[in-house]
Amino acid sequence: MVSLKTSVAGIELENPLILASGILGQTASTISNMFKAGFGGVVTKSIGKDPRSGHPNPTMLELDTGLLNAMGLPNQGIDSFENELKELFSIVSGKPIIGSIFASNSSEFVDLAERMEDIGVHALELNLSCPHAKGYGAAIGHDTETAGTSVLEVKNAVDMPVFAKLPPADNISEIAQAVEGAGADAIVAINTLKAMAINLETRKPFLGNKVGGYSGPAIKPVGLRCVYESYQTVDIPVIGCGGITTGRDALEYVLAGATALEIGSSIYYRGKDAPRKIVEEMKSIMEQQEIDKLSDIIGAVHD
Amino acid sequence: MVQTDLNENSNMVKVLHKSMSKLETVKINEVKQETPTIKSFYLDKDIDAKPGQFVMLWVPGVDEFPVALSRIHGKCSLTVKAIGKGTEALHRMTAGDTLGIRGPYGNGYTLDERDTLVVIGGYGGASILPAVDELNRQGVNVKVALGAACDEELLFADELSLISDVALCTDDGSVGKHCMVTELAMGMFDDVEQVLTCGPEKMMKKTVDICMERGIPVQASLERYMKCGMGLCDSCSIDGLQVCVDGPVFTGEQLSKVNEFGKFERDPTGRRTSI
Repeated sequence: MVSLKTSVAGIELENPLILASGILGQTASTISNMFKAGFGGVVTKSIGKDPRSGHPNPTMLELDTGLLNAMGLPNQGIDSFENELKELFSIVSGKPIIGSIFASNSSEFVDLAERMEDIGVHALELNLSCPHAKGYGAAIGHDTETAGTSVLEVKNAVDMPVFAKLPPADNISEIAQAVEGAGADAIVAINTLKAMAINLETRKPFLGNKVGGYSGPAIKPVGLRCVYESYQTVDIPVIGCGGITTGRDALEYVLAGATALEIGSSIYYRGKDAPRKIVEEMKSIMEQQEIDKLSDIIGAVHD
Repeated sequence: MVQTDLNENSNMVKVLHKSMSKLETVKINEVKQETPTIKSFYLDKDIDAKPGQFVMLWVPGVDEFPVALSRIHGKCSLTVKAIGKGTEALHRMTAGDTLGIRGPYGNGYTLDERDTLVVIGGYGGASILPAVDELNRQGVNVKVALGAACDEELLFADELSLISDVALCTDDGSVGKHCMVTELAMGMFDDVEQVLTCGPEKMMKKTVDICMERGIPVQASLERYMKCGMGLCDSCSIDGLQVCVDGPVFTGEQLSKVNEFGKFERDPTGRRTSI
């Protein structure tokens, strides 16, 4: 019997598929439904200090081979989200819930991290990679020093696993090394790619924010490369993310070095039961190839 | 949902049908002033949709928001009340102007060939007019309880009268009965085998409650603030259901399990606010 169980920094997952931050992770009832849909874990929407409406509409568009979004980190703010998480813990227990947080500096990261720890999430994901929110996300993650400092101060403040979600940078190995050195327990690679869409008829950029992040099947090769390079550079686990739409995609990421996988856009391409479908496809390929467990092939593509 | 097919020999997810979330540009053919605050925009293209489905409408450079298809057969139209920056910018547009649309989205009404009562408040007719049209084409008896704030704001009163039996009411008594539309509807349930409703949510909640008590199948079309329109952002969720893909039309059975129905919605930050 093939096993898809995996473990990241002490967080045990029934299967390696984790709902990526920003997708359907804002309300307690929806998050609870994500576990019913087959996810092994869930990352919440990225939460900041204050309520934030995000960028003006339009915020999402389908392109030929992926999805473009500029949500702009809309979120309830930590005070209101605390109630949402308490509601969630009252209906879901024993399932891994990872709190994503974003901030413009390390002291804000620390405040949010402490709040999340008090509320009781099982791990933290630092958003060092949103490509289209001024002063947040990739603005921090692209700078190895700032990224490292944010991780270091959060690790000093809380006693729980901290994941660093990184941008698809050319120098991702350097950023990965910096956050590992600062104490990060895992790396998540990658976030969306900074991108835009222009409408020819109206001669206008489509997104309200003009610039957004590209996700879905088109970015899988970039994600694979980033996981591959991170795995070569650091010893902490790498969580793969970017265009995983099928079981084959998922297993390619595992070969590149991923211990677990985050999934977002595939819910659009495969429907709400995407995780269940992908898990079944992974199992059937593993049976064909006589792979008993995921750990047998993590990073197997490396010499 | 986009239909997909897994090709065994590659990683490709083959999209069998036209993907529905790509942007399509359309031109306005004609603008019709329906009430002092509501206009219909006739488009130069047909949209293959079911009654009750909606599109995300892009007013280029200004905003994007969900809009029901108000007419589907023949000339396709969108009917919009001016309530904010985006809808006001749309109201300033004229024939020949370009709009962007994504969709159609959502499930639409399930229309059985049974005697039907339609309960409409405010601009609810924008979503429900094509359903009445469809039922009328099928030869179904349709009664409509139509309510609005005042005489001038009664939407589609004349158009509905051509295809159904319409009773009117207004909040100020300027025309029809001087009462709430749910009160008007109470007197119209004889022989009714299905109910459709669209309008202010408290009105729909009352209508759904009455129907559930009487054991009459009912469907209500909900409105929520939306960002993506394609089931990904969790902005329009009610008790774990996404109004954009699981709705906007829900059955009485579904709604009887939704605690937020008639009580709460979410603002653009995701915070719960009272309706």
